[in-house]
Amino acid sequence: MSGAWTAVKEILRGTGITARHFFVNMGLHTLGLFGVRTKRRGAVTIQYPEVRKPLAPRHRSLHRLRPRGDGRPSCVACMLCVTVCPAECITVEAAEDPDPEVQKAPARFVVDLDRCCFCGFCVEACPVDAIRMDTGEIRLASTERADFARRLDRP
Amino acid sequence: MLVDALIVLAKAVLALAWTLLLALFLTWVERKESAVIQDRVGANRASVMGLRLFGLFQPLADAIKMFFKEDFTPSFAQRALHRLAPALSFFFVSVTVVAVPFGDTVHLFGRAVPLQVVDLSAAVLFALAMLSLGTYGILVSGWASASRFALIGSLRGAAQLISYEAALGLSLVGLVMVFPSLSLARIVEAQGGLLFGFLPRWGVFLQPLGFAVFYIAGMAGTKRVPFDMPEGESEIIGFYTEYGGLKFGLFMFADFLEVIVLAVLSTTLFFGGWQVPWLGGEGFAFPWGGRLALAPWAVSALRVLAFNLKVLFFCWLQVLTRWTYPRFRYDQVMDLGWKVLVPLGVVNILATGLVLAAR
Repeated sequence: MSGAWTAVKEILRGTGITARHFFVNMGLHTLGLFGVRTKRRGAVTIQYPEVRKPLAPRHRSLHRLRPRGDGRPSCVACMLCVTVCPAECITVEAAEDPDPEVQKAPARFVVDLDRCCFCGFCVEACPVDAIRMDTGEIRLASTERADFARRLDRP
Repeated sequence: MLVDALIVLAKAVLALAWTLLLALFLTWVERKESAVIQDRVGANRASVMGLRLFGLFQPLADAIKMFFKEDFTPSFAQRALHRLAPALSFFFVSVTVVAVPFGDTVHLFGRAVPLQVVDLSAAVLFALAMLSLGTYGILVSGWASASRFALIGSLRGAAQLISYEAALGLSLVGLVMVFPSLSLARIVEAQGGLLFGFLPRWGVFLQPLGFAVFYIAGMAGTKRVPFDMPEGESEIIGFYTEYGGLKFGLFMFADFLEVIVLAVLSTTLFFGGWQVPWLGGEGFAFPWGGRLALAPWAVSALRVLAFNLKVLFFCWLQVLTRWTYPRFRYDQVMDLGWKVLVPLGVVNILATGLVLAAR
């Protein structure tokens, strides 16, 4: 018999917990609707496309090539990133750079995002700090396969 | 004569349309309420011309999606029965609202119009019968699907519904003894008085045990969590298995209609129907001596409003219950039905009889 009472008590307690969540959150939602800012919000949801959560400073997102002074990429086509890449997603075609001090520049610098595993090894391997993964661009979806082969040597 | 028929027709259409609309938006209530309970936002993206209105258009979008889905029948199914089953489920549930009074008698153009589609003299039995007949929708769907999973699911569902039908019937016997009538209109009228001079004479105050048994058995009858043995949408497979598109939608709609019917019956039988506490024909007469005179139309409007608010409250409570408890195990469902609710129903009848005899 005591088991039955415990069951009834716990059933009512469960309803109390969900009802409390309902009324507290409804109150917070209502306050938010009237423009009142509360410390706690009615929902933990982030309304994604409109509202973004700030990315961590070390977050690895879409790659970019850092430009040098004249606007062209500072890559010297040394192939170190191509060598270190575990996913073998980087293709670099070297060409002669007009600047004799630089010697080489990429004619084509392609990252295949289909294969990239965003490990960041290329960034660490680069001797001239040309490639970085700090664009903050994380919406990389596409319906065309060709879109995933990103040319990084031209904007 | 023609006018009378037209009035009845208008009331029937109004009652059905209102119930269907409520069921449609109950899907929205379900999604939003569960979201708020779980600290989420819920469906809020469906919009018309950029107007979102908290996702209120979501049910319409869902309906459009359902309409445009393929009307698929598996090749091994029995076509006619497969088609009939969702219609059976839907019909028996939706027809129940016909017997329920949703307001008192209004006087329009010198004509007394009771706000009830038909005043059946055995409306309580009618409601119970229609709820029991809903079992056929489940059984026929399982049989017609010719799929073992669907058949087992439907038998599970039928066993559960029949078990709880017994408790449901027993829980109402005490109520019928107290308000000696089977007509819902009489029962609601009988709940208009006061107990001890201040408490409204509602069924729940006269039959608390009866209400508890009725509500739990009714929840089991709606086939929703914690009693979703027949469907078990998350893992065990139920009688919907071979249904898709609008036919599945009809089953789902019947489920939400059952929620509304349980809310309506709870309101009518145990919470005074359209009665507002201390509101008489001329206005409020508060137990502490205050009076507030109201015009007859205001009284009628308040009563219809009260009825709808009570129904909405019970819909809310059922959604809350659904999102609070995990599912019972099958033997637990049967134990609760036969070993707890049925004996409690009998005890309630005996206690009611003793009190009535001693008075």
